[in-house]
Amino acid sequence: MPPSGRAVLRVCNLHKSYAAAGGATVALNGIDLEIEPGSFVSIIGPSGCGKSTLLQTVAGLVTPSSGDVFFGTTRVQEPPRDVVYVFQQYTRSLFPWKTVERNVAFGLENKGTISRHEIAARTREMIGLVKLTGFERHYPWQLSGGMQQRVAIARALACRPAVLLMDEPFSAVDALTRAGLQELLRSLWRELGLTVVFVTHDVDEGVYLSSRVVALTRAPGTIAIDIPIELPASRDQIATRALPAYLDYRARLLAQLFADDGLKSAEAA
Amino acid sequence: MTDIVHSDAPAVAASRAKRSASSGRLWNTRVIGVAFIGLLLVMWEIAAANAIFPPMSFPRISAILATWWQLVISGELLAELLPSLWRMFAGYFIGVALGVGIGLLMGYVRFFYNLLEPITEVLRPIPSPAYLPIMILFLGIDDEMKIFMIAFASMFPVLLNTYSGVRSVDPIQLQTARTFGVSGRKLLVQIVLPASSPFIFTGMRISLAVALIVMVISEMVAASNGIGYFILSAQRGFKIRDMFAGVLTLALLGYILNRLFLLIENRVLAWHYGYTQQRG
Repeated sequence: MPPSGRAVLRVCNLHKSYAAAGGATVALNGIDLEIEPGSFVSIIGPSGCGKSTLLQTVAGLVTPSSGDVFFGTTRVQEPPRDVVYVFQQYTRSLFPWKTVERNVAFGLENKGTISRHEIAARTREMIGLVKLTGFERHYPWQLSGGMQQRVAIARALACRPAVLLMDEPFSAVDALTRAGLQELLRSLWRELGLTVVFVTHDVDEGVYLSSRVVALTRAPGTIAIDIPIELPASRDQIATRALPAYLDYRARLLAQLFADDGLKSAEAA
Repeated sequence: MTDIVHSDAPAVAASRAKRSASSGRLWNTRVIGVAFIGLLLVMWEIAAANAIFPPMSFPRISAILATWWQLVISGELLAELLPSLWRMFAGYFIGVALGVGIGLLMGYVRFFYNLLEPITEVLRPIPSPAYLPIMILFLGIDDEMKIFMIAFASMFPVLLNTYSGVRSVDPIQLQTARTFGVSGRKLLVQIVLPASSPFIFTGMRISLAVALIVMVISEMVAASNGIGYFILSAQRGFKIRDMFAGVLTLALLGYILNRLFLLIENRVLAWHYGYTQQRG
């Protein structure tokens, strides 16, 4: 079925199962999702609910068992240009034999139509945006975890993608670094007019960052709830997190996750 | 004034402690190993001077070194060494190129692995001297035969290590490259090759030793010049000091080549040591 409306990404009746000992494990069981351009959508859910699988399928890294993913009007089979993916494991995703500068330039160098001069200029600009000026000639492994993930973000954004897919990108750094990266990502999203799909297991992170949160159920993954986050566009780590609306979103999502886990019923929460 | 004295005192004490510690550590450094070689050479000299072994086949080390030096300044040794080095490096680099190429292919394309893995396992265990007579039959006794022998023997360690290197490339690195639209040959050159370079270098170091061995053997069996030929013909002509001088030359050559190799490896793979240290 061809996509309609103004969705930039469209997931239609997506199923994915993996062969496992003694039968197949169902990771995704009928997901329908439309992502509006310019939105910041977080996908949350308990670990093992298939949220990473969903993101990898959207990225064209995993082939669905059935169902389709559309990027614009084209069906995703290979990783589409204009969609980039930021991995949780920055130490393994950055190329250790390349300097920060060469890592950031990687996507641009492989676009084929950009001049050397333009590559150098855009690389410099992106390194500036993630506040790593002065570290161009360093190797990723010489930097802290937070800095490495900033290199990965700069590399992703240097190609000026339409959609940025992020798989728990901040879960391997400490809390303070995470707050800094969240601010950076929010400001980049607003400045560059990106569409972001952000996978996380952290409800607070999802609510704080997003314009919409989708919660998946425990495997086999289906969509449990899908709520727009109507918080002020300008957010603050302390003030926003104290807003009644923020706490309400947080409570609704946590209640859903707990209910799914059998910890507490949705009514009781 | 007193302040300066006070602040200097610990520094002086520290440097003194450092000095005594480093002289204590002398026994834990390579100096001890070099001294041990010196001791063995002195024992050799004494044993030869006292004719413990037949003097005919066991000359004094001082006489060997004198002969070696004569051979060096007369240019005779260099004249034998140059054709040897040419054969060795020609064979080595052909072998490395083939090993890397076939190893990448086998690691990257399942079909080539299925096609070539069995024959690799059959050919690899054959000691190279065993197929030397066959090579003489087909390629004669000229340089082509020796270069082929050296290339063939030094190909396998590189091939196997390259293959393992390709198989152990981090899948996240490959996926990252794919999300940037890099695939096929570009992926091979830009990601797979550099990511497996630490393995390739391991294979290349093993092959360097193999190339040296096969060079000497092939020259001993069929050659009219070269260091291997020189050593064997010196022995046959009862020029025992020349023979030892030739062996000494090979020891030096092997040592220098290995040192050079490590120097290059440390430069090229600096990122790898930094990276693995970071990951613990």
